Amino acid sequence: MSAHLSRGKLNIGLVQEQARKELLDLLDRCQGSKIIIWDDGLSGPFGSIAEYSLLKKWGVKVMFPLRPGKLKLNDVDSVIFITRPYLKLMNCIIDIIHGEDNSRKIKKWHLFFVPFKSLLCEEYLKNKGVFGSLTSVEQISHCLIFPFDNDLMSMEIESAFKEFYVESDPTCLFQISKTIVMLEELFGPIKRISGKGKAANQVIHLFERMKNQNDNSSPTKYQNVSQIDQLILIDRESDLLSPLATQLTYQGLIDELFGINNSVVKLPAEKFAQDEGSKDVMKPTDDKHFMLNSSDEVFSEICDKNFSAIGQSLSRRTKLISSQIEERHDKSLQEMKLFVAKLPHLLAVKKSLGNHMTIAEMIKDVTKSDEFGDLVKNEHEMILGSIGDRINPYVEDLMAHKADLVKVLRLICVQSIVSCGLKSKVLDQYKRDIIQTYGFQHILTLTNLEKAGLLRTQQGSRSFAVLRKTLKLISDDNSGTSSEPKDIHFVHELYAPLSVRLVQQFVKPQGIRNLNDVISLIPGSIADFTIDQKSSPFPQRRGSINSLTDSAKVVLVFFIGGCTYAEIAALRFLSQQEESNAEFVIATTKIINGNTFIKSLMEPLVDS
Amino acid sequence: MTALLTADWCPYGKNGYFRKVEIYDMGWIGDINIDNVVIVAARFGGPIAVVRDRTKPGKIAPKSMGKPVIAIYSAAGNLISSFVWNSGHLIKLGWSAKEDLICVQENGEVLIYNMFGKYIHAFRMGQEVEDTKVIDAQVFFSSVGTGVCVLTGAYRLFFTNSITEPKVRKVAEIPGSPDVPNSWAVVCEDRQTHILLSKATEIYYMSESEVIQKSINIGNEDRIYIVSDIAISPCYKYVALYNSQDQLWIGTSNLRTNFRHHNMQGSGRPKQFSWCGSEAVAGCWDENIVIIGRNEDSINYFYDVPVKLIPEIDCVRVLSSYTTEIIQPVPKVILETYRLNSTSPGSYLLEASKQFNKKNHRANEYIHLVRKELISAVNQCIEASSHEFSPENQKMLIHAANFGKTFAENYNPENYVRMCRTLRILNAVRNPRIGILLTYPQFEYLSLKNLLDRLKRRRHYYLAIKAADYMRLNNEDGSTSILEHWAHYKVSQDTDKEQVALDIANKLGHASGISYISIAKKAVALGRLTLAAKLIDFEPQPALQVSMLLSLDKYSQALDKAVQSGNTDLINIVIVKMSHLRKSLKMSREDFQLEIRKNVTVYALYKKYCEEFDKEALLNIYRQEDDNNEVAACHLKNAYDPKNFSSRTALLESAKESYKKAKNDTNMILCEEQRRLLMKQRELEDKFKREFVDLSLQDTIYRLLMLTEAKTADEFRTMFRFPDRKYWWLVIESIAELGNWTELERISKKKPILGYEPFVQICLKHDNIYEANKYIDLVKDENKIQYLIKTKAFTKAIRIAEAMKDIDALEYIRAHCDNSSLMDVNSALTRLTVPK
Repeated sequence: MSAHLSRGKLNIGLVQEQARKELLDLLDRCQGSKIIIWDDGLSGPFGSIAEYSLLKKWGVKVMFPLRPGKLKLNDVDSVIFITRPYLKLMNCIIDIIHGEDNSRKIKKWHLFFVPFKSLLCEEYLKNKGVFGSLTSVEQISHCLIFPFDNDLMSMEIESAFKEFYVESDPTCLFQISKTIVMLEELFGPIKRISGKGKAANQVIHLFERMKNQNDNSSPTKYQNVSQIDQLILIDRESDLLSPLATQLTYQGLIDELFGINNSVVKLPAEKFAQDEGSKDVMKPTDDKHFMLNSSDEVFSEICDKNFSAIGQSLSRRTKLISSQIEERHDKSLQEMKLFVAKLPHLLAVKKSLGNHMTIAEMIKDVTKSDEFGDLVKNEHEMILGSIGDRINPYVEDLMAHKADLVKVLRLICVQSIVSCGLKSKVLDQYKRDIIQTYGFQHILTLTNLEKAGLLRTQQGSRSFAVLRKTLKLISDDNSGTSSEPKDIHFVHELYAPLSVRLVQQFVKPQGIRNLNDVISLIPGSIADFTIDQKSSPFPQRRGSINSLTDSAKVVLVFFIGGCTYAEIAALRFLSQQEESNAEFVIATTKIINGNTFIKSLMEPLVDS
Repeated sequence: MTALLTADWCPYGKNGYFRKVEIYDMGWIGDINIDNVVIVAARFGGPIAVVRDRTKPGKIAPKSMGKPVIAIYSAAGNLISSFVWNSGHLIKLGWSAKEDLICVQENGEVLIYNMFGKYIHAFRMGQEVEDTKVIDAQVFFSSVGTGVCVLTGAYRLFFTNSITEPKVRKVAEIPGSPDVPNSWAVVCEDRQTHILLSKATEIYYMSESEVIQKSINIGNEDRIYIVSDIAISPCYKYVALYNSQDQLWIGTSNLRTNFRHHNMQGSGRPKQFSWCGSEAVAGCWDENIVIIGRNEDSINYFYDVPVKLIPEIDCVRVLSSYTTEIIQPVPKVILETYRLNSTSPGSYLLEASKQFNKKNHRANEYIHLVRKELISAVNQCIEASSHEFSPENQKMLIHAANFGKTFAENYNPENYVRMCRTLRILNAVRNPRIGILLTYPQFEYLSLKNLLDRLKRRRHYYLAIKAADYMRLNNEDGSTSILEHWAHYKVSQDTDKEQVALDIANKLGHASGISYISIAKKAVALGRLTLAAKLIDFEPQPALQVSMLLSLDKYSQALDKAVQSGNTDLINIVIVKMSHLRKSLKMSREDFQLEIRKNVTVYALYKKYCEEFDKEALLNIYRQEDDNNEVAACHLKNAYDPKNFSSRTALLESAKESYKKAKNDTNMILCEEQRRLLMKQRELEDKFKREFVDLSLQDTIYRLLMLTEAKTADEFRTMFRFPDRKYWWLVIESIAELGNWTELERISKKKPILGYEPFVQICLKHDNIYEANKYIDLVKDENKIQYLIKTKAFTKAIRIAEAMKDIDALEYIRAHCDNSSLMDVNSALTRLTVPK
């Protein structure tokens, strides 16, 4: 179990351990030396479950990505495909198995589905005559969700939002329900369930169905002490604005500017000081990988801060560490011994500080530019409502200079959402402009954005203005950039994510009852109920448990359709507040940002 | 009392005893005359098959029309079933390890029936056997199950090791002249099947591949004899041979070691010759049973009625028309506990307990005697109780154990508790109503699971469940599998389908780990499809439900179940199966569409499936739905499919029409404009031999401008209503890109439509500050400072800002200027802020 996962109130390490055990058990069943061929969408996330060095111990010699076409495979005993159940990927498997040279050593083929076996895929493989060649077909059903940090898990389903809202395909809802069932098995029954939005309600429905089936068969499987007090399902549909707003926390900016995948950011190596010890010359084109999670002490302190406040933190830390290292002079032998013991840790911190300073410099290079400043300024104006629903001249200019299409779409969508739709004339003009500038191939992208509700024509109501006011979505005291923020506005400097405001309402003991009128302006119905503990087969030990954990209840917030690092930062901020009575654990289908969110909905007719 | 306990003991050898215990008064009294019937009993106190011995005269059952009637009784002689044998000539009966009746026919066919006389399956021993006819057969127990060995009329032996997966093997030829063997037996040791056969004066040890002639010395060497009887012990380790001179030879089954020679002196050939456990040989001469120890001694038991010997692993069952008894060596622990003057701890403890019950003070003395060995005393009593058949004796011993237990410190009662439970179970199954005569060693050998299987097979479901619960078996091994067996039986029995399904569901409950699917499969196998469908409803696992329903061609129900489960994979598989059916025209279009449109999710998933595999069908669906926006989208996707390159304009036209129908004017116009643009672009490609297709309008215009085709570019501008502002941007950009700075200057004089800021910007973009400075003065005042900073004309910027008394602007300059101008800014700021 990775140490950094188990430090939270909920031991997320258990999720890792369970998945790892299942994977290794399955590997044990395959004989001899092994090759693993990974579905690209899984190789990254699986890093959070079993690192390569561990797999090596289990006899894995080489790993390849699963791609179309033949593959030259070394002589090994077993070849293992680990893949999601997509027909496209089945074709790759068929290519590889058919391409195998018969004259060579006979291999055993194994197929592990993640997370579940698929009858459809099996049928497909049967029809193509490959199913018989497989020695075993298994599923790694505990790899539904991947542990990223001690309060963060992601299912890594990139297209969840598009699948459900554009294609009406509820596959991810089924998996989410299964995930919640799995989490209940690990952490005990959930006492209260709340949710907002269409998908959230469907998940609750499915989850209850599955639970009923499970209850009857094997209640013994459950942990009987509730470790999760409340589950809040937030449907991305109910807050489309937050992912589009530019994130201004440290981690959020790293994601916006360089992209974080599976907690790893890749940055050009030449920017960073070479390790003193290592002699190997790195090519300038090489990327350096940084793991961004709470195992890095420095990062964990600054990741959720507004970017403007991190300079202070970093310099304070630097001073502290240099003074600690300097202290080595004038010391007794005894003290020196202690110091030497501490030294590796100090050096690690020092190195990490250096790295983060460099990353911060790189971010600063971008954020201080006019281009970035103008963007944020314009975005803020829109959220404040001062641009309204007329054509946004800034966007027009961007298009005139053929700025990145994703950036343009992001801004137009923000405008559409805050104005509760655009006048049809304005919308038409935007569409026309986009087609004329970027080409006709983007027409279906626009259709998709409309289907997803990101772009639409105005329908009278000015609900966003009401929400903005009642839910205090806008900071009124400019504390956004301060190093000691008072509220969650700091994550976007001005705007407090609506989704997190919703969570704040749901956490209240009385639920959202007081604000029902306002909340009903947000699309999607509301669910909020307490699970009747009496009827459940688990002994209720309220008295004893609560007296121990009276401090704060554990709230699992599940974002259906993805969430941003800014939202995560806001929730973490709330957990840390003195008066807070809730400790948040975050689960999401995928960690997204405005760019990846918009890209997931794009459907160009011609690949550019 | 002690005397009573040993009343049925017979001394044997130096320190041993044999005992004869009466177990049952047979329920068949009056029906069966042991002498006139063939009796075959299953091992481990199993059922007994009885058929009239045709070689002897007797009454023929009136209904059977002369055909033999096979009657099956429990070990207690209660009739389980009987049926008329309608097939060919019956040679031999036998019981399989799973208590199925094996009937070997003359033509080599082997038929298997269960104990209720229900036919299960049959197989043949091959053509050669059929041609030469079976004259004798034996059932044996191999490492893979129950085997059958036959002897044909041509004196060849064939065997199979398993009746469930029969693979017939031929044994090597019997040497010498073809003649009937005197006797033969099957030996199964170490996964090898051998036949021990005596013919004339020889004994052969035979296998598939070879024949070993064994010469063993039984009696007087100089006299000629034949071996008339061969008996193999139930464990297949030992063999007993009986020769025509009434001499007995006992040794290992491979005939290598001899334990004992024994002369029966004029007894003649025994009527029955078998083993009693593996300790002794049991022979039957008329009504006299002789137990001949493996190593020493012999005991005679006299009966006044005909009996039948049935060897078991630890005893021999003695069946008569009236009773069932067992004869066995007295177990060592019983011996030690009961024997007079025994000094074993168990014996003392038993005595102590008895005295205690009599309220006699000697109880204390006895306890003192065993104080040091109390634990082994208790264990001895517990173990002894297991070998007792009468509940009174069991109680006596258990009481003794319990009594001793109270004196023992730290005694782990697990053993005690387990034995109490086991005894109850054993007593329950030995009850004549159930009639399973199981000794404790047999129970240990079989295991509880097997015993439960035996109860299930006898349809004693209630007892089986109670026993499983009582023995604290988990649900999976115990009640669940029993209930499932019950349900299978129920399905094959009752006729009212509604009721059966309900009965089963009521009894089994929802999702108690029971596979309703396996019950449903049973129902399907019996052709009861509606009942199967009902049963599937109760299955908790949707994946199983769906697969089963699909295999029954119940698509509609399968789809419903898939939708309910929320598992899209299941929905997909049903959709795929249905569309295959549709394609092979086994399903009408109406039915298909009705199903597909029943549910939003199904419909959506079907569309997604079509998107990948059947675009044609997708278009059709949208057309029928009048979803013109989607029809248009299909056309567009087709249009941009590389293989439709040439028909792209036509497809754009179709898309346009569809958008028109959908009243989506924006997209309609966009399509139309794209179509025109495409045609124009193709013209341009022909003209300029450059790529234009797939460029956006803006890029097209820009490329034209870069080709200095300003006139054509301008045509495009008007034709496609390209905004002037943007057009002029393109013009300026292209000129700057081409480095034509004089042209830029010319234009700046002519068309200041954008203002002059873009001119500065574009020059700066190309790092041409010299050119930029030409336009800087023309920039609007409000933007001037910003642009001055951009051109790094900080001094000028400061001057203007100061002139305008704009403190904010000065601050802005300070933030962006270089170090050399910093002083100027600061001084300007001081001048403005500090009041004069």
